[in-house]
Amino acid sequence: MTATASFARSIIETSDQIFVLLKQWLVSFLPAAWQPAAGVVLCVAAIVGLFPALFALTTVLERKGLGRIQNRIGPNRVGPLGLLQPLADGIKSLTKEDIVPARADWAVHFLAPLVLVVAVFMGFAVVPMGRNLVLVDMDAGLLFYFAMGASTELAIFMAGWSSRNKYSLLGAMRAVAQMISYEVALLLSTVVVVMMAGSLSLTKIVAAQNQYTWGLPHWYIFTPWGLAGFLMYAIATTAETNRSPFDLPEGESELVAGYHTEYSGFKFALFFLGEYLAMFSVSGLGATLFLGGWSAPFSFLTWVPSWIWFFSKLMLSIFVFIWLRGTLPRLRQDQLMNFAWKFVLPMTLLNLLVAGLWRFMGEGWERWVLCTAILVVAYVVMGRMGMRREHFGPRSYRYAE
Amino acid sequence: MSLIFYLIAALTVAGGLAAVLLKNTVHCALALTVAFAGLALLFLNLDAQFAGFAQILVYIGAVAILVVFAILLTKGSETPQGGVFSRTWLVGLTAAAAVFAVLGWAVIASAPLLPKAATPATAATSAMVVTPAPAVPPAPAVTVEQIGRALAGRYVLPLEIVAVLLTAALIGAVIVAMHEKEEAK
Repeated sequence: MTATASFARSIIETSDQIFVLLKQWLVSFLPAAWQPAAGVVLCVAAIVGLFPALFALTTVLERKGLGRIQNRIGPNRVGPLGLLQPLADGIKSLTKEDIVPARADWAVHFLAPLVLVVAVFMGFAVVPMGRNLVLVDMDAGLLFYFAMGASTELAIFMAGWSSRNKYSLLGAMRAVAQMISYEVALLLSTVVVVMMAGSLSLTKIVAAQNQYTWGLPHWYIFTPWGLAGFLMYAIATTAETNRSPFDLPEGESELVAGYHTEYSGFKFALFFLGEYLAMFSVSGLGATLFLGGWSAPFSFLTWVPSWIWFFSKLMLSIFVFIWLRGTLPRLRQDQLMNFAWKFVLPMTLLNLLVAGLWRFMGEGWERWVLCTAILVVAYVVMGRMGMRREHFGPRSYRYAE
Repeated sequence: MSLIFYLIAALTVAGGLAAVLLKNTVHCALALTVAFAGLALLFLNLDAQFAGFAQILVYIGAVAILVVFAILLTKGSETPQGGVFSRTWLVGLTAAAAVFAVLGWAVIASAPLLPKAATPATAATSAMVVTPAPAVPPAPAVTVEQIGRALAGRYVLPLEIVAVLLTAALIGAVIVAMHEKEEAK
């Protein structure tokens, strides 16, 4: 009996730590002096290999899912069920001619996609993808993540400006303005988590949520401030990754394709990759901050390997991204800015106050009632005030009558 | 000084020089960003995580964007036809040399203070851990948590004053910008 129990436990432990053990086994073939460096190289190679593979899978899922939402079939010609479509796309983008506009700034034009992809990849370094499965367990992990995220804006500007194309420049300006506006809300929405966990280290934030009461986890999303913070985070990251309904920088009908209009071949594929990697990255961070990272949703499910939970949560939020894209219409520029500065930002600031209240009211049901009431009342009042100024009615055209 | 330090220093200096010498103002702004990134790497090389990441977040994420926006929204984005040196370059050079001299003097003057302040602590730790007495005391390790506690505890008043000042500046900027718009109507 005990032998089988201990055997089962060791199986669970091994499957949970399989990637860590695999790395140790691979590294053990090298001399001791090389082992730390080789370990880092292996982890980086795993990240650089895994997420583009996930990107390939997601493009199929997205096209299939959007097709389903729009009542059509989606890609189904390459391979079984169209599953080899990303392979065909990859070969196509690799073999296409790399066109650089004659008047473009070729150096900046060349560097922009590289800077973007490198900056996005850096973010994965601090996100814990399972128990002990993090590349760098940094004390200031969250700060590092946002520092890297902030660097992508410059890459987008470089792409738009260096193309010497007015659509590219307009798209880049829109993208940068949008990313700066929503970055404030993004940072503030995560501050509540830092306040509660008392640490900027992402592993410590996961550890703080990895506890259970009555079999239910202590994820931050299951608190009033956590739910509000998560919703704000989701809105801000959707805008930050230029995803629909916030995809104005790429508005096809007015800007051709935005900042990557003048990119072709593999450079375009890199922008595409960068956008999807950013989606994975913010989904992973969101799962880490609010959804308990790699911890299981019920205490009786803790035997499932932690990395399965992490990637399930990640793919679930990717699914929501696709769903949103298929459902919501694109915002207008003024709606976008008003929403960021007049609704999301005040709500995140209020959420900071609510989190402080929660922290100092102590255990008990009172804090649940009070914090929920404050957030709901604020949401209703601000929503009503914002909607009152809107005039609904037939659209008036100024120049196109 | 390690090889990494020299590499980062060369990158930073090259970025700074390029920011001054390049003709196209947007290129200058991008070169300045390289210098910012080099400075951030220098901070990280000194194990100052908070300063390094804050440098990237504020300077590359915000200041560089502000600079390129300012360049594009004003008329300075055209490439100048003549040289990049202004007529008053001698005055500029003097000012730069003066600032450099003051900074250099401050760094050199503060160098002797460091070992004295750190000696008792180092002696204690090196006595416990059997190592040959280090000639250079180990750099004081400041974690992000310590900085946070200091900012929210001992230095909370200066922090709040800076916050109020920045808010006032922000509101002032908005009012200046709004005024112009109303007049145009």
